[in-house]
Amino acid sequence: MSKRITLEEALDMIKPGSVVMVGGFLGVGTPQRLINGLVKRGVKGLTLICNDTAMPDKGVGKMVVAGQFDKIITSHIGTNKEAGRQMMEGITEVVLVPQGTLIEQIRAGGYGLGGILTKTGLGTEVEKGKQIIEVDGENYLLEKPLKADFALIYADVADEKGNLSYRGATRNFNPVMASAADTTIAESKRTVPLGGIDPNDVVVPAVFVDYILEEEHDG
Amino acid sequence: MDKQQTQEFIAKRVAAELQDGDLVNLGIGLPTLVANFVPCDKLVDFQSENGFIGLGPAPVPGEEDPNIVNAGCQPVSILSGGVFFDSATSFGIIRGGHVDITVLGALQVDEQGNIANYMIPGKMVPGMGGAMDLLGGAKRVIVAMEHTARGLPKLLKQCDLPLTAVNAVDLIVTEMCVMKCAEDGFELIEYNPEYTLEEIKQATQAEFKISSLLKAMTIP
Repeated sequence: MSKRITLEEALDMIKPGSVVMVGGFLGVGTPQRLINGLVKRGVKGLTLICNDTAMPDKGVGKMVVAGQFDKIITSHIGTNKEAGRQMMEGITEVVLVPQGTLIEQIRAGGYGLGGILTKTGLGTEVEKGKQIIEVDGENYLLEKPLKADFALIYADVADEKGNLSYRGATRNFNPVMASAADTTIAESKRTVPLGGIDPNDVVVPAVFVDYILEEEHDG
Repeated sequence: MDKQQTQEFIAKRVAAELQDGDLVNLGIGLPTLVANFVPCDKLVDFQSENGFIGLGPAPVPGEEDPNIVNAGCQPVSILSGGVFFDSATSFGIIRGGHVDITVLGALQVDEQGNIANYMIPGKMVPGMGGAMDLLGGAKRVIVAMEHTARGLPKLLKQCDLPLTAVNAVDLIVTEMCVMKCAEDGFELIEYNPEYTLEEIKQATQAEFKISSLLKAMTIP
């Protein structure tokens, strides 16, 4: 069974109100084609989980500018003035989460954990409303798992099964997000037949990937 | 000193703190300059929280790889022996205490070693990114910043901006001095001879002790 889908088939799945995780770090290692397609379709009322809101003309930042999110869970919005404006004006709910906590919440969601305990954020605004748990005399914040309806992730190479490999600093949130959504769509720069990626070089095992889409042209 | 000279002066003094074999994470802005002044007899690895160790200088124009950038999205290179990883590993390295030194800027630092550097409510709310994890996880936290902001002190009795981390700062390097964050408050350990002690006191809201080993800041 091939996991290849067309861009239109991928976009058809993402309905208003969906919770989407999008891989990428300031627009590097992000599924550009899916993002551009979603901007064109104009689907609204989405919840975004992403490391950052990138730039207004790059990556997921374009969807922010298009006003497609009701809620954004992220570690950084400083490179996208539009995200800041929407937050200040109360148009978009923005939840700021320390980066290391955000990735672990997603990992907890995908790896079957009930949450994670971290010292990050203790004594700051991050701890507001959260449970503090003492373990062997040390205090930790309980951070709950995050899951999504869709993970839209990037890869350099995908094989027909959905095994993924990466180049450079493009992994960032992608491998972990792949595990944490009901449906994971991987957009790869290129697709190769089975055996095209050495099993030693697979970063994301195909079990986490539901669909693959080539970056440049439809499969 | 003009702005650039001031920043380079601070970065050079911070670079002298790096030890052979250290794994170092530099914040964006002034801290990034520290990489330019690592003493040539020391081998230091730089981590970039977007996912690698072995951060090297920017390639010559035309040779940039859009997938090899630092956490501020500027083109960089990866050195031999470097390694790419995902964000869970990157922050495992940070939170797990495997980074020897982090160098960060700050809006305010106070006597308790508390630091505020991620937001000014109502004005600037960029988010903390990886700063909270770095401040809690790195073995040693060095703040590299100008001593005052528009004439107002940044070394305070108590931060009034939202904190990025509690009791986290070990050392502060400014163009005026090097201040240690000790259990019982700030301790002046080095001063820039271009400034008098009185000038440093005036530019510092918090009280500070003066080290018995006080010496002049020396920049290689």
